[in-house]
Amino acid sequence: MEGDIVQMGAYIGAGLACTGMGGAAVGVGHVVGNFLSGALRNPSAAGGQTATMFIGIAFAEALGIFSFLVALLLMFAV
Amino acid sequence: MATESEEGGLVFHPMDQFIVTPLFGDDTIHWYTPTNVTLWMALTVLGIFALLVLGTRGRAIVPTRVQSIAELAYGFVHKMVEDVAGKDGLKYFPYIMTLFMFIVFANFLGLLPMSFTTTSHIAVTAVMAMGVFLTVTILGFVLHGASFLKLFWISAAPLPLRPILALIEIISYFVRPVSHSIRLAGNMMAGHAVIKVFAAFAAIAVISPLSILAITAIYALEVLVSFIQAYVFAILTCVYLKDALHPHH
Repeated sequence: MEGDIVQMGAYIGAGLACTGMGGAAVGVGHVVGNFLSGALRNPSAAGGQTATMFIGIAFAEALGIFSFLVALLLMFAV
Repeated sequence: MATESEEGGLVFHPMDQFIVTPLFGDDTIHWYTPTNVTLWMALTVLGIFALLVLGTRGRAIVPTRVQSIAELAYGFVHKMVEDVAGKDGLKYFPYIMTLFMFIVFANFLGLLPMSFTTTSHIAVTAVMAMGVFLTVTILGFVLHGASFLKLFWISAAPLPLRPILALIEIISYFVRPVSHSIRLAGNMMAGHAVIKVFAAFAAIAVISPLSILAITAIYALEVLVSFIQAYVFAILTCVYLKDALHPHH
């Protein structure tokens, strides 16, 4: 039936879209890891850069959220 | 939220929590219909009013608890605006404070059970992001005239590369409101959808304790994410404002 194949395609696509979140996790870990290694070398300069770290985390995480959004839209809004 | 359909198996609808429904029983939504969205936006504004206006009514030199929270919020946003956008960015502090307080309160009110997260809708966050984008662009042109376009002309790059870089810079400038809005809406929608999906698993008796533990953990993460997303929205607004006020790289 036509509707069933479309539904199957949507579900498979939703599963494939979730692989994007792996890249986002690596990206966020990269940002925080670099911040930690710099902060442990120079603790007094670390406080001023926490804001920059949070901005970096937000940018990296946003792309993971975009892929999760695509997955949710395929699951429930197609 | 989990029901059994006729074919057997569980059918649950975690995205039903994001549907806009009228408050008083009609089925058509006009622009003047009170909906759950307008109710929770009104509650957000009332909450902000209660904290900032009623809390600081007494104007005590040694602040009361509520006044102290209001002062903390004010000082936090003030320091952020001054650090990122500089002294002349402080002129726009009321706008950024409004954005930050609205998003924080809307996100936190959405965490109450059975409530509605207004900032999980692209409609709400896109309007806020377009407001920021238009404000920053118009401000740049008003303050600097045509030399605002020097924002896109990277003079530190070799000359043949500059037109390509300018094109890339212009495209990424126009993508800013898109990412600005989707980041907030996507984070809120994703968090609440995950909580609803785990809650649907609680209907299966065998794994319901595990599901309730998972909901608690995700809820704690959502509290953190609510605050961080409001902070990120505000601080990115400050960064774009700084670009408009000082467009030379």
